[in-house]
Amino acid sequence: MTRQYDNTLPIQVEDLTVAYREEPVLWDVDVQIPASTLTAIVGPNGAGKSTLIKAILGLIEPSAGQILIYGKPYSEQRQQVAYVPQRGSVDWDFPTNALDVVLMGRYGRLGWLRRPGGKDRQLALDALDKVGMSAFANRQISQLSGGQQQRVFLARALVQDAQIYLMDEPFQGVDATTERAIVEVLKALKAAGRTVVVVHHDLETVPEYFDRVLLLNVRLLASGPVAQVFTPENLKKTYGSRNETVLHGIDGGSPSANGAKEANHGRVADAQPDLH
Amino acid sequence: MDVLQTLSLIFTDYTLRNVALGAAILGIVSGALSTFAVLRKQSLLGDAVSHAALPGVVLAFILTGLKTPLVLMVGAVIAGWIGVTLVSLIVRETRVKYDSALGIVLAVFFGLGMVLLTWLQGQNNAGQSGLDHFLFGRAAAIVQSDVITMAALGGVVLLVTALFWKEFKILSFDGQYAATLGFPVRWIDTLLTTLIVVAVVLGLQMVGVVLMSAMIVAPAAAARQWTDRLSLMLILSSTFGALAGVGGAVISSLTSGLPTGPTIVLCISAIVIVSLLFAPNRGIVWGGLRGRRNRRELQQAMLLEKLYDASTRNNGQSQPVESLRFILSGGRLEDALGVLAGQGLIAPETGDRWALTPTGIEAARSLQAPGGIRSSTLFSNPKEAAL
Repeated sequence: MTRQYDNTLPIQVEDLTVAYREEPVLWDVDVQIPASTLTAIVGPNGAGKSTLIKAILGLIEPSAGQILIYGKPYSEQRQQVAYVPQRGSVDWDFPTNALDVVLMGRYGRLGWLRRPGGKDRQLALDALDKVGMSAFANRQISQLSGGQQQRVFLARALVQDAQIYLMDEPFQGVDATTERAIVEVLKALKAAGRTVVVVHHDLETVPEYFDRVLLLNVRLLASGPVAQVFTPENLKKTYGSRNETVLHGIDGGSPSANGAKEANHGRVADAQPDLH
Repeated sequence: MDVLQTLSLIFTDYTLRNVALGAAILGIVSGALSTFAVLRKQSLLGDAVSHAALPGVVLAFILTGLKTPLVLMVGAVIAGWIGVTLVSLIVRETRVKYDSALGIVLAVFFGLGMVLLTWLQGQNNAGQSGLDHFLFGRAAAIVQSDVITMAALGGVVLLVTALFWKEFKILSFDGQYAATLGFPVRWIDTLLTTLIVVAVVLGLQMVGVVLMSAMIVAPAAAARQWTDRLSLMLILSSTFGALAGVGGAVISSLTSGLPTGPTIVLCISAIVIVSLLFAPNRGIVWGGLRGRRNRRELQQAMLLEKLYDASTRNNGQSQPVESLRFILSGGRLEDALGVLAGQGLIAPETGDRWALTPTGIEAARSLQAPGGIRSSTLFSNPKEAAL
């Protein structure tokens, strides 16, 4: 039997298994992500959330299965996909400024030997503006706060002007201003018909920020609209019944799992995302 | 011989001119490439490459019987390149970590090189004499054809670096992201590593395999202290490399018995030490001074606020010095009060008491406003940078 490959479906993952050494990190995962949706990937540590994103991006060679972007392999669809890596994955002491990092988002379209020009700079400045960071364009990146660094990474992805956005824990350890800016950008992306997949840790905000959820713990335990899939039973299956405290957070609205958020000092203008 | 005379010799004396030119090329090229080696946390790569190059030099001579610089350099590049490829292979295919893999390759190749060199010296082959200069480098042996070879190779290395600037930059900052954009990261990595290998080999004849690694670390480490821009860092790094190269090579060739490699390395080390100590922002001295000034300003602001709080509680009365002893003790309290008085924020009153001036009250209020501590004019550098 041959499967049907739907070239209107942004992301189609079939029978994906990934193993780093002997242990599988992802086991037989099937996922379909429909267009113009905001999807959260949740699951405990080591569940393979980042691995799934990296496999979709072709950064990790799967042991089995395949991944299609609009019906074709990633290598043919790079222009359609933008990536926001974890903030901790780079050395922020690199000698460069915020604008320069955002400009890197244009490198893929420039091709070999060409340097970014005035048009690219304008696009990069616009992207910084969308995340409320235009005042920091010339700031050395090591002098930005964690949340500001995260917004620079987000702007770098926005400047790619892709159809699909894959983000690895963009909300991790950011201040309230940044959290709001990211949420605004997510909404604007969805309104513009883009498809967004986000690795997310804060279960409490899943129903508020996302319309679809993907529950992952090596195996895919459930995926679909938040209202149908984000249930205590499914969460218990994903996290195991040991982790009662995490689960209570969602039913009852007990103390926030993300209570360590920094207070917002209101220095940065609110993000004004308007995606064309 | 005085300094001016010596300097004029660089332009008139044949040997000295070659030495100075060769050292300048070596410094510029290794300085440029060291920028990427240091930023990619591959500082020790140069060490592995230079040691791994020794057997290549000796084997190239054994196979061809020639001591032409180009022949020996090709041997060195091939051996150095095999060395770094082995390092990546070991890291990828085994659980041995990067630093251990470097150590293994360095030791094995250098050992092999020393065995070959010693064996060759026992062969009574007069032609081999001079190969041992590759251990510590010998500037005086540089002739015009060497300089031309170095200039050509160095020019190619710099040209390729300029052409692939954007690729090398994104690879160094965020290689994984570069891969998602479609850059063939492995290929760019290999190209950059090859350039580093060539840069190292360029310097072997002058600096020697033992100390050449310094030229792939030190210039960039010093340059990073002075700038926050990649392009400027590369230019500074090249400049430092050239200064140290010319300085060291000229000193050693004018003084009998001074080995070239170590002298050049001492020169670049001096530049590194000055940079670590005195560079603005990153320098130790600057940081220490700033820390002290910060602490003093914080103490002064605290004193001001304490005085303000106490006087609001007591209907604007002045406060005795004794009530402030908890914040600062001894002469430091008097010093801080003196500074505040000098700024017109407080004024002394009889009986060792202090009162806020109207400006002082204003400053204390702005300190207590929301976000006031971050924006207060009491601090010479705004605190928002650390936000």
